[in-house]
Amino acid sequence: MNVQMILLRFGELTLKGKNRSRFENQVLQHAKYMLRSFPRLHFIKTYGRIYIELNGEPYEQVAAALGKVFGLSSFSPVHKAEPNLASIRETALQAVRELPNRPKTFKVSVRRADKHFPHSSQELNGLIGGYVLRHMNGLKVDVHRPDVDLRVEIREEGVFVYSEVVPGLGGYPFGSSGKAMLMLSGGIDSPVAGWLGMKRGLVIEAVHFHSFPYTSERAQQKVVDLTRQLAGYTNGIKLHMVPFTEIQTKLRGGSRDNLLITLMRRAMFRITEKLAEKHDALAIVTGESLGQVASQTLSNMYTINQVVRMPILRPLITMDKTEIIRIAEMIETYPISILPYEDCCTLFVPKNPTTNPSLRVVERIESRLEWLSDEIDKAVEHTETEWISQDTPGTHDELF
Amino acid sequence: MLYFDHSATTPPYKEVVEVVAEVMDKYYGNPSSLHRLGAEAENLVRKARQVISDAFGVKPENIIFTSGGTESNNLAIKGIAMQYRHRGNHLITTPIEHASVYECFRQLEQMGFRVTYVPVDSTGQVSVEEIRRAITDETILVSVMHVNNEMGRIQNVEQIGRMLREYPRVFFHVDAVQSVGKLQVEPARWGIDLMSVSAHKIRGPKGIGFLYRRGGIRLHPLLAGGGQEFGLRAGTENVPLIVGMAKAVRLTMENRDKHAEHLYRLRKRLVEHIQNIPELVLTGPADDDGMAPHIVHFCYPGMKSEIFIHSLEKHKIYASTRSACSSGEEKPSRVLKAMGYDDERAASGVRISFSPDQSMEHIDFLGEQLRKVVEKLKPVRSPS
Repeated sequence: MNVQMILLRFGELTLKGKNRSRFENQVLQHAKYMLRSFPRLHFIKTYGRIYIELNGEPYEQVAAALGKVFGLSSFSPVHKAEPNLASIRETALQAVRELPNRPKTFKVSVRRADKHFPHSSQELNGLIGGYVLRHMNGLKVDVHRPDVDLRVEIREEGVFVYSEVVPGLGGYPFGSSGKAMLMLSGGIDSPVAGWLGMKRGLVIEAVHFHSFPYTSERAQQKVVDLTRQLAGYTNGIKLHMVPFTEIQTKLRGGSRDNLLITLMRRAMFRITEKLAEKHDALAIVTGESLGQVASQTLSNMYTINQVVRMPILRPLITMDKTEIIRIAEMIETYPISILPYEDCCTLFVPKNPTTNPSLRVVERIESRLEWLSDEIDKAVEHTETEWISQDTPGTHDELF
Repeated sequence: MLYFDHSATTPPYKEVVEVVAEVMDKYYGNPSSLHRLGAEAENLVRKARQVISDAFGVKPENIIFTSGGTESNNLAIKGIAMQYRHRGNHLITTPIEHASVYECFRQLEQMGFRVTYVPVDSTGQVSVEEIRRAITDETILVSVMHVNNEMGRIQNVEQIGRMLREYPRVFFHVDAVQSVGKLQVEPARWGIDLMSVSAHKIRGPKGIGFLYRRGGIRLHPLLAGGGQEFGLRAGTENVPLIVGMAKAVRLTMENRDKHAEHLYRLRKRLVEHIQNIPELVLTGPADDDGMAPHIVHFCYPGMKSEIFIHSLEKHKIYASTRSACSSGEEKPSRVLKAMGYDDERAASGVRISFSPDQSMEHIDFLGEQLRKVVEKLKPVRSPS
């Protein structure tokens, strides 16, 4: 039996009135974009609900695409039954049978909007529930806390049966919160941070620092792949590739080894802020998690933070690594992130990076680096920007 | 010339031939090399994996490149048996599997594994319930082919997969070499743990194939070495053939449904022709139900299949006796015997397998030639 429709549910419960409908419209618009490869879908608003009619499009693939829509709280596959008891019973049974996890308990909730239907809602609860019970071994009724609420809605336009509630991503409609620059390394954390920012309504532009020949081309490819993976939630993402070799080698030549990371990070934030200003972004998103590595101690963050004025958003700041990895696996950036290519942060790592830098010392060292501000401007100037989208053809596409 | 042996192998797409040559010529780097040429070759392998995994709705890391169907079957079956031997030493399969599955189980029997061959009925169908009954606490693997390569019967692997969900300790392998490109195959949704696919059956190059492996399953590798293919299949990646296979998969999958419809129309017509020749006995049900679209099998009881094949060849029609891998043998077909056929009938099988490029006219011509060959051979038929 096929799923004929999908019922959509939206957003945060606190939303009311006008905001709510604006929110819904934004999510819906994004959903339509994300479902663009299914031309036969038809969106219907009725009785304050939003349905998608499949019209023959494959449910599984549509559901997978809906799973990438920000602001959608959940959705349900809906089976359509004929307006007679036999068909409703059979459809209800199938709907329970097709659940991904076999329930132990269930209840039936009938809503009879079409009062012409010969049985009352109460009668129908028993008639349908009894039928399902007889055909499913080991299933029990629990009206208080059922594993599954089997819903049957009898309307003039048809009888709708649904039970499965598929959780959506939640969050805010895509792009509803403005734009930020994401400092994207090749690691596990920064793509997750970017994704969480996007989920909260941010448009993201990614900034990556590379140090060829100290970092390989594969490391750059990895960043392109991570960006493309994130771009699967949008129409595409701008990726800024910053040449960092010059700054990195000069810093290494001239400064105290244990402050190298702090100095590097300060330069990176300066460059990122300049890029943000150039591209009208109002914040910087990073994958920092408090205390995770030397450069992410509070003391280092304090010292590094001094060089920028725009807000730095750190979605992962209090998360444990396991939590971060769980999200990375869900958004499928994890298998890309764990590929073994070095990025420029893991390179040149001093043996004992300081966890407690002195701002005064750092500022004094930098004041002697006359070349620094020129090199930062040069890095911004020579940054190459690429539009990464799942639609744009990649290299060698003609071979496939 | 009319080629009716597409189950044995298919002519590669022109695009595949070109792309294989181009990759051999230009991208000869070793994917494991650090430099640009290596990275480029690695990139091609990665893209091929992506294209193929997309086509089957699975993840790239689920695809292990192998040298073809035989290796995929060996890796799946022996890989599970070796890796999970501590859980139990009982394996389940059917008596109608392809030789590269069947002989694996024979080898494993010699190594001390116990194998149950769940029988098939007279139409070649294995029963889901009988597989269930064969499962013991010792069972670690069920291996069932999707489409039989000799007579085209479709096994209900989706239902078997659903049934096996109740036995999470039992792995499920499907030899999908004959079904991919013709039928819907959804390993992830059907509860398939391992699935073998070969490129040259879908107009790709020979010597390349892949094994779908569900995430989280470990396999004991057959080939040890440099750790390629997630450590499961060592050896420098065959980049040109891998890219060629990706192309063949894409071209095949794009047209699958349209082609299957056409193939079923051809099949229906050929079945009618055979039914109009009283000496020939169709194998399996006459309607499409449960039968692959591209294979028609029949017997000419009393006539050795080899003679029939060579008689057709005189008319420049190339058909097959049974699986190409065992057709050299004189013995009656193991598959047909498993379906309950007597020796005489089981030694008289002829397989016609066609492609979506062929037309009704080709089938009608074949039908006519079949009639002529049957007439001509009648006098030399051994009496039954």
